[in-house]
Amino acid sequence: MNALEVAASVRAGATSAVEVVAESLERVAARNEELNVFIHLDAEGALAAAARVDERVAAGEALPLAGVPVALKDNLCVRGQPTTAGSRILAGWRPPYDATVVERLAAAGAVALGKANMDEFAMGSSTETSAYGPTRNPLDPTRVPGGSSGGSAAAVAAGMVPVALGSDTGGSIRQPAALCGLVGVKPTYGLVSRYGLIAFASSLDQIGPFAATVAEAALVLEVIAGHDPLDTTSLPEAAPELSSHLDDGVAGRRVGLCRELVEGADPEVVASVHRAAEVLAGAGATVEEVSIPELRLGLSAYYLIAPAEASSNLARYDGVRYGLRVDGPDVEAMNVATRTVGFGDEVKRRVMLGTYALSAGYYDAYYGQALKVRTRMIEAFARAYARVDTLLGATAPSVAFALGAKTQDPLAMYLSDVFTIPTNLAGEAAVSVPFGAGEAGLPIGVQLLGPARSEARLLGAARVLEAGEGR
Amino acid sequence: MSLPEGWEMVVGLEVHTELLTRTKLFCGCANAFGAEPNTQTCPVCLGLPGSLPVLNRRAVDLAMAIGLALHATVSPSTFHRKNYFYPDMPKDFQISQYDRPINAGGYLDLPDGSRVGIERAHLEEDTGKSTHLGGSGRIHGAERSLVDYNRSGVPLVEIVSAPDIRSAAQARAYAAELRGILIAAGASDGRMEEGSMRIDANVSVHRVGEPFGTRCEMKNLNSLRSLQRAIDYEAERQYALVASGGVVRQETRHWDEDRGVTATMRSKEEADDYRYFQEPDLVDLAPEAAWVEAVRAGLGPMPAERRARLTALLTEPTDAQLDAVGTVVDLGIDGFVEAAVAAGVEVDRAIARAANELAGDPHERPGLTGEGFAETLRLEQAGDLSATQAKTVLSTLALAGGDPAAVARELGFERMAADELEGLLERLVAEHPDEWRRYDEGDDKLAQFFTGQVMRATRGQADGKVVLDLLRARRGR
Repeated sequence: MNALEVAASVRAGATSAVEVVAESLERVAARNEELNVFIHLDAEGALAAAARVDERVAAGEALPLAGVPVALKDNLCVRGQPTTAGSRILAGWRPPYDATVVERLAAAGAVALGKANMDEFAMGSSTETSAYGPTRNPLDPTRVPGGSSGGSAAAVAAGMVPVALGSDTGGSIRQPAALCGLVGVKPTYGLVSRYGLIAFASSLDQIGPFAATVAEAALVLEVIAGHDPLDTTSLPEAAPELSSHLDDGVAGRRVGLCRELVEGADPEVVASVHRAAEVLAGAGATVEEVSIPELRLGLSAYYLIAPAEASSNLARYDGVRYGLRVDGPDVEAMNVATRTVGFGDEVKRRVMLGTYALSAGYYDAYYGQALKVRTRMIEAFARAYARVDTLLGATAPSVAFALGAKTQDPLAMYLSDVFTIPTNLAGEAAVSVPFGAGEAGLPIGVQLLGPARSEARLLGAARVLEAGEGR
Repeated sequence: MSLPEGWEMVVGLEVHTELLTRTKLFCGCANAFGAEPNTQTCPVCLGLPGSLPVLNRRAVDLAMAIGLALHATVSPSTFHRKNYFYPDMPKDFQISQYDRPINAGGYLDLPDGSRVGIERAHLEEDTGKSTHLGGSGRIHGAERSLVDYNRSGVPLVEIVSAPDIRSAAQARAYAAELRGILIAAGASDGRMEEGSMRIDANVSVHRVGEPFGTRCEMKNLNSLRSLQRAIDYEAERQYALVASGGVVRQETRHWDEDRGVTATMRSKEEADDYRYFQEPDLVDLAPEAAWVEAVRAGLGPMPAERRARLTALLTEPTDAQLDAVGTVVDLGIDGFVEAAVAAGVEVDRAIARAANELAGDPHERPGLTGEGFAETLRLEQAGDLSATQAKTVLSTLALAGGDPAAVARELGFERMAADELEGLLERLVAEHPDEWRRYDEGDDKLAQFFTGQVMRATRGQADGKVVLDLLRARRGR
């Protein structure tokens, strides 16, 4: 059953949330050891929460996600539950509070089963930098699920849960969605509250959903979106209506097939994007080729801005107040020892990069320059959206790659996000939707991009592609 | 203390003041001094993973009030992160303002007529408070360090003066005047002893007409007296160094109050690179004109204006009276004096009583109102209370409040009629014939003896001046 069917069935009393969650837990038990999807499972808490959902349904509450089991990326704070962001440095830490999205999911009747594996502090594109071991792709366990939200994607792809939450700083929802054959949404910056999301790069981070279908993703996004007074950067508007626009179609829409969002991709990926353009055109959209050369600068700008913010955001992991502490002869030595042992190589690499980019004498040449590029990219997108209302491209350059294939080559790993990063820099919206298959029958994702608050339009277009795939 | 002819010191002050808000700068925790350690904390001010700051609107009100009181311009501003590691700073960065502060470009006029420029007055958050056990009491060499995060996230405004100050006394006058302004603006309680106002001083020396010398920054200046002593010491130290062919190194120095010296804390080479960048978790702060004007309209009169108002009541004021006016305004009780004068009390008396009797901590006289003060002095002036009795009534009112006449009655301070005193003196003269004879023959010292006896018999209710008059009148009868 997908999320919509589960919620309808639980609301109708045809099945109970407890039954649904128990079955979900069985599916987790069947494959979690093999795939390493959940790094913390709270079966008892989930069943208790499901029982409360059943009570609320019996009391007549109309819950949009009644009894729907969800997986939460491990960088989302859940009161009293281990929350590590995939890092050793937060081993054993249990937040005293819930993230806003966690509260909103629970209020809507969803039941969180536990915490899904991720690249350490969301730094990675394969879920291999996790301190708790790599997650395997359920579609081919010799391959990665993508990252950094690889655990969330794998949980849905393995059928353990119908929907999951991830976070996307440079592609961390869309790229694993593509590699696992799922729909993934990177909402407009500020559409979803970041309160309770362990920060990687604050100006880029957004929480969003994974689901097997567009309709499920839209429903989850509706539940978690909307202004939150605890996040000053959250948009003041109420959550947009998405589900009611899913069948709006693309007739009369202007779609731009973006050269820079396919160049360098594997031929099978490029072919999928072109076929998607044909499907959209067949559904009444006008499709034209566009070029936005500024997007080529995205990767370089991102690898200055994101590490710079991260170097500051991750400073608090110093052994003083919570998480890991490795003792030393004085405070400074303790700080150094804790961070040396607690952080993995990729995190250290980015903290050093970011610290350097912000240093006196280098700020203007690196961080300052990257901010200028970011502004240019925003302007370039705006010019493109004056001509077309949606951009089309690839999500990732290839299908899921083998475990270990890129761990020794950070630059190759970084290139996994070359098509997804521009959206984060611009603070805009994008959706990855499965379209076609490549090598060994593995799924390919195509990406639909739009300006801020264009989620309804993007999901409508994604739905057309979904239907074009025969789903 | 002064430098030799031809030399002068150049001083700039950085004053941090905690703001009198109900809650902290970025969360809803109480902003209150003195609670049990770590009881006023939440995920935000503890910097827990995932928490986000939300700006306190009241803190912005008060920051703008400070800027406007200092004739600064309020501008759209941004927040930055100042990054450095320290255990009492939970995020290991401080949210502050950097190149776009909320207030810039003002000035402060001192009572002596000099003007000190204000470069900026910006908002930032306070850190927690560390206590280092063992060793020297500083972090290096400590056996253990304890941190209280109640202060973490308390709103601060940092007021940076231009390097316009030329003596330690002027620096002290600046700090005192600024303190008065902060209190008058309702922004601060100005309590240096509780750390709600903290001062760092930048000091350099140079030969007049030549470029400024290299400056050193003094820390740990916990009182106006420390400020003045530290600056004088430091200027002398730098002069002695330069005069003997040495070079002043730019560094941060710690004032040792007990030894009366400054010592190196860290040199510029060791100084942190704070890697400032704009705080991505907060949006720009751009108060609309109507907000700024509402704050301006809400500002009461500043100390200079209030001093002028009191001084105008005095005809040909003496230096002592001007000092007393300054004290009264510093204490924030010029309203009391004005109330007393309005009730018909002589200006002299009102200012003297306010300056001398109410000089303590304003928080230790919660019961005293302008009305009570005025009425007590009116009773004294009418002769219903002696000076001593009036002072006692004031101190009683200070603690418990109430109606002065009723308080005087409860204390047994009935006005003693002159004929009653006459009767008493009659008896005392009869009881002490020798003493009376000596007084009568001209030994004035014996007046004290009889006054003392009267006071003892009346438990202090008699007016000493009246007793003296009666004694004199009896002489030679």
